[in-house]
Amino acid sequence: MKQEYLKYIRDNVFPTAFCPGCGHGILLNAFVSALGELDYDQDNLVLVSGIGCGGWIASPHMNTDTLHTTHGRAIPFAIGVKLANPKLKVVVISGDGDLTTIGGNHLIHAARRRIPITVICGNNNIYGMTGGQASATTPVGAKTMTTPLGNDYRPFDLVKLVKGAGGEHVYRYTAFHAMQMKKAFKDVLQKDDFSFFDILTGCPVQYGRRNELREPAKMIQWMKDNSVLYSGEYHDDKIMVGKF
Amino acid sequence: MGYKVIIRENWCKGCYICLSVCPKNVFEKAGLLDDRGIIVSKAVRPENCIGCQMCADHCPDLAITVEKEDE
Amino acid sequence: MPIEKKKTHLKAGKYFMQGDEACAEGAVAAGCTFFAGYPITPASEIMETIVRRFEEEKRVFVQMEDEIASMGAIVGASWTGAKSMTATSGPGFSLKMENLGYAIMTETPCVVVDVQRVGPSTGQATRTAQGDLMQARWGTHGEHTIIALSPWSVEEAFYETVRAFNLAEEFRTPVIILMEEATGHLRETVAVREAIEIFNRVEEGNGAPFGGEEPLDAVPPMPRFGTGHRLLVTGSTHDPHGYRKTQDRVTQERLLSHLQQKIEYHKERIVQWEEYELDDAETVLISFGFAARAALKAVKDARKKGIKAGLMRLKTVWPMPTERFETLAAQAKTLIVPEMNFGQLRGEVQRFTGGKKVIGVNRADGEVITPESILRAVEGGTSL
Ligand SMILES: Cc1ncc(C[n+]2csc(CCOP(=O)(O)OP(=O)(O)O)c2C)c(N)n1
Ligand code: SF4
Ligand code: SF4
Repeated sequence: MKQEYLKYIRDNVFPTAFCPGCGHGILLNAFVSALGELDYDQDNLVLVSGIGCGGWIASPHMNTDTLHTTHGRAIPFAIGVKLANPKLKVVVISGDGDLTTIGGNHLIHAARRRIPITVICGNNNIYGMTGGQASATTPVGAKTMTTPLGNDYRPFDLVKLVKGAGGEHVYRYTAFHAMQMKKAFKDVLQKDDFSFFDILTGCPVQYGRRNELREPAKMIQWMKDNSVLYSGEYHDDKIMVGKF
Repeated sequence: MGYKVIIRENWCKGCYICLSVCPKNVFEKAGLLDDRGIIVSKAVRPENCIGCQMCADHCPDLAITVEKEDE
Repeated sequence: MPIEKKKTHLKAGKYFMQGDEACAEGAVAAGCTFFAGYPITPASEIMETIVRRFEEEKRVFVQMEDEIASMGAIVGASWTGAKSMTATSGPGFSLKMENLGYAIMTETPCVVVDVQRVGPSTGQATRTAQGDLMQARWGTHGEHTIIALSPWSVEEAFYETVRAFNLAEEFRTPVIILMEEATGHLRETVAVREAIEIFNRVEEGNGAPFGGEEPLDAVPPMPRFGTGHRLLVTGSTHDPHGYRKTQDRVTQERLLSHLQQKIEYHKERIVQWEEYELDDAETVLISFGFAARAALKAVKDARKKGIKAGLMRLKTVWPMPTERFETLAAQAKTLIVPEMNFGQLRGEVQRFTGGKKVIGVNRADGEVITPESILRAVEGGTSL
């Protein structure tokens, strides 16, 4: 993090409330760096979030207008902001439980309508804040507080979900792909379109400790080893990353 | 020309992601707990740094700045 | 000055319209520029009228995917400086509750209309009721105060909607308009005045954007998004600058006190009611909304029979004019509350009568309450 980019954060709230090694912090880092590299107008940017650790990425860390809403409902609030003042750049940053589980309906409708907002899902495959329950993105077999013997149900593939609903400018990266993520953030920050990011952030504490990925460095390595850059062929057994 | 690797130690939570992503083995765990009870990361071999920014970009706590050393 | 005299979009004169339409026209007149809705009987005609007017006036209408989203969208819009509104009926009103609480907590002005129908659940969509009086007050969780207005005629649907926006802007709070299906679908004459008074929120000023600083009853300025204030808006307990303080007892206490005092300490600007023939009344009726129309007829009929009856009609249902309940209870020999539910207002009145029993005249079968049933109670019969 360059010294001059610190103007985009509220340094009085640092260190963050996140656990050590929380991937949401890497997402925060990439977003702040993207703003910094663009010398982005932080007073024309509204960051909207829901409830959960993912909802804290922007609020209070980011030094912009922030709207920290109710659980699952960030997108409707963001739509209200954007439609009422189309000049503002509106970005939603929140968790997978928030955006895709309780709030999944709002996500598909925003994608369908292609409302010109950016939605970034800090997807750690679990409900982190409430102690590690399964979400709509928890993989089959993964252990969580509510699936101690392994999750029985198929997760959403968020890229396919959002594209299937009609969304364009759809990306996926993991916390390992900090630099690619930053570059993609820069791309969408300069546009006024709908865009969606599935960012696999990783929750070492609530997800990792139950699934042999307790060490943050190990989680990052696992992400690196299991992801493949998308170039036309989609492999369901891999973490496909890139633009879709 | 070298690089300065600055760690805002009061922001570091000791996750050691920087240790693992650095290709040049610049970092080590500090020897002692600090007053928050954290063993922070230290840039003990800054002379090896190639300025790739892997650590700075992956630090979840925005604690690392890598800058070109003034001439 | 936050108060402005403004010409209405309608030429001054008499109009024949539906209650729902009048509510929408009132919103347009009040300067509402953002409406988010979801279809539901018997409130859809509000949305329909808004769509037509907003197209002419280039304001923003959006049909959302549900009522939760509609409520969220109007809060988001309000933070850009817009006067915003949504309208619904029972099932949708229930869905709005969590985000209504968010609007209270974040001090976001907006207007929420509930055209009441029979419940619970889907009930009878086209039938009238007054079953949401307590839901308007306590539907969202946690200790809070709210403003709710209850028009009793189509003309009042127009003017009380204007007042709802003004109160929302002045006190930075959501304001609920509790109508009944009976008023929403009624056609009556509305006399539109040349100009109306409009209150616009104070955006810039000294001090932090949220309450909790002394004096606790003061309404803080509300800057809008995109003007460099870098606002922190959150439904979590927050200090006056918006920083989350989720463990701090003092911040919670001060914030709650502020949210309560800014309304309760200024009741004289909010609470309105009308009195009919109360001066010498021995039988006092207290009612609201559509039921009050029947109550007034009953009072007139009773007077013809020589019974000293009078009516207090609430225009503001929350907060309630409880001091007046007390003086009326002292004056009255008999207290009667007619309403289209099983006694939600009666229970409130009963708390302020010093033990004097309040008789209820109740109806909740989807039909409007009749003057005859109320007159029977006035004449000493029992309640239905
Ligand atoms: C309506 C409602 N239901 C439940 C909760 C409790 N709750 C708080 S955070 C959370 C889960 C958040 O999970 P996610 O969005 O995945 O974020 P994470 O903490 O994993 O980053 C839940 C269920 C709530 N705040 N509101
Ligand atoms: S619980 Fe998980 S998601 Fe929440 S801060 Fe900790 S590591 Fe991050
Ligand atoms: S990545 Fe950051 S927080 Fe983690 S050990 Fe290194 S400097 Fe500390």
